[in-house]
Amino acid sequence: MSRVVAVRLLGGRISGRVRVRGVLGVLVLLGVALAVGVASLPSPDAGVSLGETVDVLAGRGTRITELVVLEWRLPRVLTALLFGAMMGLSGAIFQVVTRNALGSPDVIGFSSGAYTGVLVALLVLDLSGPAVPVAATLSGLLTAGVVLGLAGHEGLRGARFIILGIAAGALLSSVNTWLVLRATAEEGLQASQWGVGTLNGITWADLRLTAGCALVLLPAVMAVARPLALHELGDDVATALGLRLRSRRLLAVGAGVALTAVTAAVAGPIAFVALAAPQLARRVVGGSPPALVASAAMGAVLLAASDLVAQRVFAPTALPVGMVTVVLGGCYLAWLLYRRG
Amino acid sequence: MSPGRTIGALLAAVVVATVASLCLGGRVFSPVEVGQALWSGDGSSHDQVIRDLRVPRTIVGLLVGAALGLSGALMQGLTRNPLADPGILGVNAGAALGVALAITQWGIVRPGGQVWFALAGAALTTLVVAVIGRPRRSGGDVVTLTLSGVAVGAVLTGITSGLVLLHPRAFDSMRSWNAGSLAVVGYDRVLAVAPFVVAGIVLALVLGRSINALALGDDTAQALGVRLVRTRVLALVAVTLLCGAATAAAGPIVFVGLMVPHIVAALIGPDHRRVMVCSLLAGPILLLGCDLLGRYVAQPRELPVGVVAAAVGAVLLAVVIRRRS
Repeated sequence: MSRVVAVRLLGGRISGRVRVRGVLGVLVLLGVALAVGVASLPSPDAGVSLGETVDVLAGRGTRITELVVLEWRLPRVLTALLFGAMMGLSGAIFQVVTRNALGSPDVIGFSSGAYTGVLVALLVLDLSGPAVPVAATLSGLLTAGVVLGLAGHEGLRGARFIILGIAAGALLSSVNTWLVLRATAEEGLQASQWGVGTLNGITWADLRLTAGCALVLLPAVMAVARPLALHELGDDVATALGLRLRSRRLLAVGAGVALTAVTAAVAGPIAFVALAAPQLARRVVGGSPPALVASAAMGAVLLAASDLVAQRVFAPTALPVGMVTVVLGGCYLAWLLYRRG
Repeated sequence: MSPGRTIGALLAAVVVATVASLCLGGRVFSPVEVGQALWSGDGSSHDQVIRDLRVPRTIVGLLVGAALGLSGALMQGLTRNPLADPGILGVNAGAALGVALAITQWGIVRPGGQVWFALAGAALTTLVVAVIGRPRRSGGDVVTLTLSGVAVGAVLTGITSGLVLLHPRAFDSMRSWNAGSLAVVGYDRVLAVAPFVVAGIVLALVLGRSINALALGDDTAQALGVRLVRTRVLALVAVTLLCGAATAAAGPIVFVGLMVPHIVAALIGPDHRRVMVCSLLAGPILLLGCDLLGRYVAQPRELPVGVVAAAVGAVLLAVVIRRRS
């Protein structure tokens, strides 16, 4: 079940222990993510089949099929995979830090908070480009700071933190609706749809922006968050091992918020991927604290698959992917709660 | 404050809120003008705004506010969960999905037809949330029940949003309903939901004494002669009637049922029966207040009352959580 293999590279300069099931699980998840990604590339609406898609990828496409696959479909599919991975990673960090499956950024309102920053940047301050993810991150951090401050001495580990986060989420989504109503000509019906995350209309420019942010964030996140798994041993053991817990936890929460915020800046607050990915990843690779890499891979699978469902199930109408994740993720959360003894 | 005085003050506030709701908005009328339009209107555009828009809007506000406030108080007493609210526990989302299904799948546009679907949705959701969030030996019931409601509510709201998105034309007449709004309701909607609200109110008030005993714990309640199963079933029926009718009238509104009983209890103390009576009166004040706020903060358009209520209620939820501990 948990066979461990010692690995030595470069004559022992790099060495470590690797859990076989962990590595195999991640490889399987990456394979599934790739398969879902390829399956999402064809566009039945634009009359491009899987065969033609394969032709395009092999460099034998026509001008039209190349346009559809490379310009329309590919950025969206890559964005779904990348965002899913970022959300999964963010969720895993939060769940390790809060030691609670429910303590993920989408449940506790940080995604909505980040999205408030996006709306303020776009609609009130008239910003665009890299300023938007920055505003989203700041706003997400502010939300996290306020919720943590209100939670008081119980901090990240209490039920209060989660309920307060839910309240913050409700407050911020109504603020978001208000911002949209104030600034645009949309009426109530459309306004009530705002704040459901969507990947409709993603372009290469969006993807480049986010990929840039991800390149900066991901290594930093891994460096900060990896040792946090030791927390699962308990605060005493971790302190004895020399970890400065409080500052590192806050740093990790900040990194998790930034990851969510960058996705919200482009796609809006897509709910429940961050919640479900680490829990599902645990079921594949085992291990009690959610594994970071596996959670990221699972997140990519979940978001890409949800986006595929969102586009196909009521074609030609494309649902916002946030609607699909909220239904699937909500069912999953309900099931988790139902099974609690 | 003595109970009599509190009720008197609340009644006066209800009257003030009602008059304000009739007079204020995009066009401002004096109370005299409103009176003239009601008793001796000559059909001018003036009169039409008051008679066909403001009056039904205000009546629905009164009914929905009373229903949500009372059902919140009832649920909090019944579950001993201070976070119980028809919005948070997903009941309103279930009723809304019922209405959305009625509109999209069966083309039912008459409020009189929709209300039955709202009631069915509310009843089913209540059962599902109760099963998922059932009390455990290990404790932690408050959080489990609350999160169960949040999860189920999220799923149902997601499905409702999908239906609205896929059938935009079917929702033409109810554009802002999905966000929780009093803006566009006619007398047909008032008449369709009023009987259910009244029935729910009567049933809830009859149960008052038993709910009071339940708050002391199951054993004590039984010793006081309360029949537990019957009380719970009847209370769930009352909750279903109140929430289903309120949602059919004004869409899914969260946090009103949460806020009202807490504010009332802070004023008059924790006696559940009194809290229920006062919540019945305080609910309309709060809802009409939120609706009035929504008429002004996003001018030139209106902010749906559900959005205002969520914002106000979230702040109060934070206060409630901070004070428990």
